[in-house]
Amino acid sequence: MIRAPSGPSKGTGPSIVNISRRGFLAGAGAGALVLAVGLPRLTSAQEQKAFGVDAMPNGWRDDPRVFVAIAPDGIVTVTCHRQEMGQGVRTSIAMVVADELEADWSKIRVAQAPADEARFGNQDTDGSRSLRHFYMPMRRAGAAARAMLEQAAADRWGVPVAELRARNHAVVHEASGRSLGYGELAAAASALPVPDRDRVRLKDPKDFRYIGTQNVGLVDNWDITTGKAQYGIDTRLDGMLYAVVARPPVYGGKVVRFDAAETMKVPGVVKVVPIDTPTIPSEFAPVGGVAVVARNTWAAMQGRERLKVEWDDGPNAGYSSDSYRAQLEQAARQPAKVVRAQGDVDEAMGRARRRVEAEYYIPHLAQAPMEPPAAVARIVDGRCEAWACTQAPQVTRTRLAEQVGLPEEKVTVHVTLLGGGFGRKSKPDYVLEAGLLSKAMDGAPVKVTWTREDDLHHGYYHTVSVERLEAGLDDDGRAVAWLHRSAAPTIGSIFAPDPKHELPFELGMGLTNTPFDLPNYRAENPEAPAHVRIGWFRSVSNIPHAFAIQSFVAELAHAAGRDHKDYLLELIGPPRLLDPVEIGDVWNYGESPERYRIDTGRLRRVVETAADGIGWGRQVPRGRGLGLAAHYSFLTYVAVAAEVEVASDGGLSVPRVDIAVDCGPQVNPERIRAQMEGAVMMGLGLVSTAEVTFRNGRAQQDNFDSYELTRIDRAPGEIRVHLLPAADPNMPLGGVGEPGVPPVAPAIVNAAFAATGKRIRSLPVRGQLAV
Amino acid sequence: MTRLIVNGVERRYDGDPDMPLLWYLRDEIGLTGTKFGCGQALCGACTVHVDGAAAFACITPVSTVDGASITTIEGLSADGAHPVQVAWRELNVAQCGYCQTGQIMQAASLLATTPDPSDADIDAAMSGNLCRCGTYVRIRAAIKQAAGSIKQAAGDQK
Repeated sequence: MIRAPSGPSKGTGPSIVNISRRGFLAGAGAGALVLAVGLPRLTSAQEQKAFGVDAMPNGWRDDPRVFVAIAPDGIVTVTCHRQEMGQGVRTSIAMVVADELEADWSKIRVAQAPADEARFGNQDTDGSRSLRHFYMPMRRAGAAARAMLEQAAADRWGVPVAELRARNHAVVHEASGRSLGYGELAAAASALPVPDRDRVRLKDPKDFRYIGTQNVGLVDNWDITTGKAQYGIDTRLDGMLYAVVARPPVYGGKVVRFDAAETMKVPGVVKVVPIDTPTIPSEFAPVGGVAVVARNTWAAMQGRERLKVEWDDGPNAGYSSDSYRAQLEQAARQPAKVVRAQGDVDEAMGRARRRVEAEYYIPHLAQAPMEPPAAVARIVDGRCEAWACTQAPQVTRTRLAEQVGLPEEKVTVHVTLLGGGFGRKSKPDYVLEAGLLSKAMDGAPVKVTWTREDDLHHGYYHTVSVERLEAGLDDDGRAVAWLHRSAAPTIGSIFAPDPKHELPFELGMGLTNTPFDLPNYRAENPEAPAHVRIGWFRSVSNIPHAFAIQSFVAELAHAAGRDHKDYLLELIGPPRLLDPVEIGDVWNYGESPERYRIDTGRLRRVVETAADGIGWGRQVPRGRGLGLAAHYSFLTYVAVAAEVEVASDGGLSVPRVDIAVDCGPQVNPERIRAQMEGAVMMGLGLVSTAEVTFRNGRAQQDNFDSYELTRIDRAPGEIRVHLLPAADPNMPLGGVGEPGVPPVAPAIVNAAFAATGKRIRSLPVRGQLAV
Repeated sequence: MTRLIVNGVERRYDGDPDMPLLWYLRDEIGLTGTKFGCGQALCGACTVHVDGAAAFACITPVSTVDGASITTIEGLSADGAHPVQVAWRELNVAQCGYCQTGQIMQAASLLATTPDPSDADIDAAMSGNLCRCGTYVRIRAAIKQAAGSIKQAAGDQK
């Protein structure tokens, strides 16, 4: 039945680590809860000015007893408090701990932490933050555990700890040739105090054995390839019931009345449960509707088909993509709220030799993780337990407690593997549905499964935007004035009365922090009310901003008769360090503007690397073209060079992509490559087919026939990932999961222009390249 | 009453004969390695073998496989050592991993009939299997690596 997501077991399936009370540095599973009571020091540097992880709810922890458990047989269990959704975090976090611990990788197992930020620190797995925020805490946890093992050996042998060295899962006294394995030392070490973090000796990065290396396989590889990996949807409990929900087809809609007579005739259907429609903004609340609870998923689905529901479509019944696009275009053509300004754009436009303007459109998107939202909840003896594929365990726990009417300490959220997240699973509405249905079924375990249609019809959609750009060029074709209006409904609209303007974190995703060397620059943000739930989608507002800006740069280069790469580099300007706040971005991904400057030298280098990789400037066959784009996001610099072929029927294919990345120090280069490969595919999908449209408030796409994801036959023939080494191993890390996506679509569209002379300004391309 | 053999074990089922094999496998007998992604044969996450050939379990009513032999990812090999599984691990194909059981079943079926597939063969055989993480380039490489190891093993036996 329920099995803990497991470590790198050797063919025996998920490994449940036996955590006995003697088992040292308790960290994993139930045993940890016994041993660790009162242990985590309140370590967050909350008294300091808060940036980075210090600014996140519940900050960070680095206590080795929370994250590291060593069993008498030497098996080390690392507790991963960040959620695995394909970015490889369970492997990468374990690499960091194992390295500082000087552990033997074959003896590392990984356990998944339940929701408990007081204990583990922040668990929100989004924003490309896991290693950026937890690299140092996890290093300290591993190093502190190593120090405790060394001290335990020193005590055992009666020698000064300075004479000892931990090496490959043993503490060695070279002078006497003695050695003790970690398993032998675990019990004694667990009784020692945790060394003060300021005195924990971290490894010199040149001595890393896992961090920065390519030779560590995924800890979940075995389970994934044998079908044993447990995702949220795979949860099975004794006596479990299965539910699907008929939700209002329009966001904010309500059930007027329903007739379940036919539903109840379906064999296996147990009960029909109405769910209230929440008030807007509904944050993470279930959207309402009628649930069908049955003995199996199929019966629940059959029962739902036979349900007769009359809906009141509510305030968003008139929402239509076409008219909304026109509304955004109108808004983008008028002066609007200024969100960044330097110089005098109007004056410079007035004296420019020529002006270029363009409007770009990027539609709503659905994250569409392959595992649709699904969760199980049960309520037994006044305690609620849930099993969920969630990116946000703590808020899931908090909201679930409210939903079922229990104090938070009586609610446990077990986190499963996520079959993809991409931002969808930051919003736990589906877990709350499971909770309320379990409550309606007297606490019986209930699994809620979203069908693909549910996922596409009731999403937290990526925003939709019109990006209008205007530039004034001087006699040499150089841009001397730049105006960018970005009109897009905000994610803020799900949390509070719709502010109708992008929030600083959205503007800071490539609009207010564009690091161009421009004397006169203004960014404006017109009103854009939301009519659907807007949510995070991998890379978020960087997608429209980068698409527009990086397409426009190519348009300007063309207008000026200049080489695109040269023109882009000239716009980026000479290598320099920019203060993001000074240029207009107060957010800076939550990071300190002193610690994370925008380094245009690094941006230039990725451009040059990607361009060199693709062979920029070379002749390509007729019908082919090369395109380029670069974008700084999540504190990471990425450039993409694409070779595109456009067939005579307008069909677009991508023989090759070079993607160059500078994310600072690299923990797991193999997974960075994988993330970039995946980013290229997702970016290609944005170009080719991805779009959710609305009519009468209803999403028009039902499944993967109408919401098409890129298939293998459209995948590039070759994706070459160029990882730029960090200038300094101690510099701060950039993000990895998201920054690859934004430059992909503009690079491909720019290449399509080079191939055909046709400029695509509206995504997706679909038939636009046809003659 | 439907009789079928799942991973070598004979099973009897007397529920709704229209229930797709997917839900029978997942809900009735607990084989959750076969995944739900679309319910319409559009994503391939549910790929299993029916009498050795790849099939989409989500649109296969249980009644239509009466008497058939079904292989799921759990039964593809006794010890996870099918060359496709091995290649998938060696090349770290998976990201989230959710679609990969279906990908592996489809790839194993391809190699059973096409031992030395070209890129075009691979794209044709695998284009029914979606991966949202975008692991396709590695899927191609892993299929070729698995094909190589199957060939080598066959050569070694001669």
